[in-house]
Amino acid sequence: MKKLVALLLVFVMVASLGVFASAEKTVKVGLITLHDENSTYDNNFITATQEACAKMGAELVIKTGVGEAEDCYEEACNLADDGCDIVFADSFGHEDYMIRAAKEYPEVQFLHATGYQAQIVNLDNFHDAFASIYEGRYLAGIAAGLKLQEMIDNGVLTDANYDENGNVKVGYVGAYTYAEVISGYTSWFLGVRSIVPNTSMKVTFTGSWYDETAEKEGANTLIADGAALLSQHADSMGAPTACETAGVPDVTYNVPTAEACPNTYVIYSRINWAPYVEYAIQSVMDGTAIDNDWVGTFATDSVQVGSIGAAAAAGTEEVLEEVKAKLLSGEIHVFDCSTFTVNGETLTAENNEHVVDGYFAESTTQSAPYFDLQIDGISLLNQVF
Amino acid sequence: MKSKEPVFHIVKRDDLPLYKVIGIRLIAILLALAVCSLVTILVTKLNPLDVFRAVIKGAFGSTRKTWVTMQNTSVLLLIALAVTPAFKMRFWNVGGEGQVLIGAWAAAACMINLTGKVPEWFLIVAMSVTSIFCGAVWAAIPAFFKAKWNTNDTLFTLMMNYIATQLVACFAIVWENPKGSGTIGIINNATEFGWIHIGNKYLLPILVALVMTIVTYIYLNYTKHGYEIAVVGESERTARYIGIKVDRVMIRTLLLSGGVCGLVGLILVAGVNHTLTTTLAGGRGFTAVMVSWMSHFNPFTMILTSFLLVFLNRGASEIATSFSLNTSFSDILTGIIIFFIIGCEFFIRYSISFRSSARAKEG
Repeated sequence: MKKLVALLLVFVMVASLGVFASAEKTVKVGLITLHDENSTYDNNFITATQEACAKMGAELVIKTGVGEAEDCYEEACNLADDGCDIVFADSFGHEDYMIRAAKEYPEVQFLHATGYQAQIVNLDNFHDAFASIYEGRYLAGIAAGLKLQEMIDNGVLTDANYDENGNVKVGYVGAYTYAEVISGYTSWFLGVRSIVPNTSMKVTFTGSWYDETAEKEGANTLIADGAALLSQHADSMGAPTACETAGVPDVTYNVPTAEACPNTYVIYSRINWAPYVEYAIQSVMDGTAIDNDWVGTFATDSVQVGSIGAAAAAGTEEVLEEVKAKLLSGEIHVFDCSTFTVNGETLTAENNEHVVDGYFAESTTQSAPYFDLQIDGISLLNQVF
Repeated sequence: MKSKEPVFHIVKRDDLPLYKVIGIRLIAILLALAVCSLVTILVTKLNPLDVFRAVIKGAFGSTRKTWVTMQNTSVLLLIALAVTPAFKMRFWNVGGEGQVLIGAWAAAACMINLTGKVPEWFLIVAMSVTSIFCGAVWAAIPAFFKAKWNTNDTLFTLMMNYIATQLVACFAIVWENPKGSGTIGIINNATEFGWIHIGNKYLLPILVALVMTIVTYIYLNYTKHGYEIAVVGESERTARYIGIKVDRVMIRTLLLSGGVCGLVGLILVAGVNHTLTTTLAGGRGFTAVMVSWMSHFNPFTMILTSFLLVFLNRGASEIATSFSLNTSFSDILTGIIIFFIIGCEFFIRYSISFRSSARAKEG
């Protein structure tokens, strides 16, 4: 026994001598992701952060597969110990742990995507960020609407694709029934409906951010129910591949799936995190403060819609340009209260605090989405909180 | 050629001298590291020395990492200590995972429901009592069924794990914060109400583990209960013959086993994680079985065994980070290491004798 202890001790001491390298001069970024690059969501963060670090000449350490528990706190601290100037976590459930780490390392900047607590805890070194992705979803919805119109014009749709009120059915696979997802599918649906007014949508939730089987099952359920077109907000390839198998057009999120789904991929939207990471690195280099709660927009190139697929309707690109210009100029708004009702009633400044000038002002008072109303025309097959 | 004797045969051996046991294990660890470095080189073309440096860095790279390594070792050790009395009795308690989880669940339930209604000391007492009680009950249910109706202990304790996991999954939704997130988040994050910290926040499990190691050692080796457990483990019939009430010993031992697991659950919720997730025990309920067996139920050997497993595990995870590899890679390395460590037990318990004469003839 003693020998074993002694051997281990010697082993430990000898090896620890050579461990530490000298401190770096360049900015060092640590990225914490919930899953690994096989998840479209995490992959989106990984590629964007790599891109930003390469551009800014920053060093990058990536820690994948970090759960939404104590290990997030430990990893955040480890990254800070290892000399990171910026630690960036990508999942909603990481927030509590990032805040704890931020309190312990005041000299390190902690960035967190999708969170809502930065304004509440108000630390100098803890920052939330998100993007006005609902605008991107809206444009993707318009592309979907154009596709739908093309299908109607070509007589592709059958009776099964219409509900009892004569509306064309579309479907959506979501992860959880909460604001980020609700805001996403509602803006997407409003985009579709701005092109094809008689549309109704069914949404099914998987209760997981990454569950390939459940997402595939969900998509198949919607397709069997007659959905003429699908979109999703969950991070695996489950729904896109189900659509490809069934030959149903699909609008994706985070990554274009043209390669895996050449016949059904229409368009994708994503949050481009590179501008935010670049901004944070620049701030650290300049010694300036980073926004407490940052919202990326079309203007910052944080919201991207594109890679129009072969399945998209002709002329999609031109229409999107036009609508995007109107969104940018403020001529139209995604959550224009005249375009939807909630329980048969129109939203007004009187019955909803977020309504300004006749539209629901998403992502203005806080970066994380807060549109969580169930609008008429969308029915939920299940709810998973 | 006439001989029907096989090329080699396996003989069980007892009481290998300690230095040989340690020698075999050291060889296994070295082989494991060799295969790990081979795999690493083949897959990543990295210098194996750098890789081993990363292993050390993962476990001892900073003060914090050293503390976390010790803390994780203590938690694993505690669960191993908890399941040991049951194993010594030849009761296959593979339900450590569920017993820890249910203890954690009880602690979280107290924290969430009693905060603001009772003084802090009362909350801590309530958490401790309910956690230990729930863990004990969770383990005693299979023991009762085995004692009364001779149900299969392995399957029963295993099933109880799934029930505990699903219960926790269900309550993660009931208690989720904020609504819709599917997670509970840190309980009492702002006030730290009901958090049990002794000085340094890593110290609590370490101290508890030290105390429990000594207590378990004395309990197993120097008490009447310990003796009864050993006799039941050797032969139930003998135990009955000499007047030991086997049913009672079984239920009592499992109450203890589960109680200590419940205590671990309490430590995880009140002292370490301050939240409740289905992965809180993180498979340690099963790893502890390995620790207990590899240490031949000796609590002091368990310290080293748990340390070794935690050390290698943290090292493997560091390799994945340092060299920008997928976390699956560290799982592969951990798998290789555990394969060798378990594999070497075979050579400790059995010897292989070759058919030397036949070899000479054929050669």
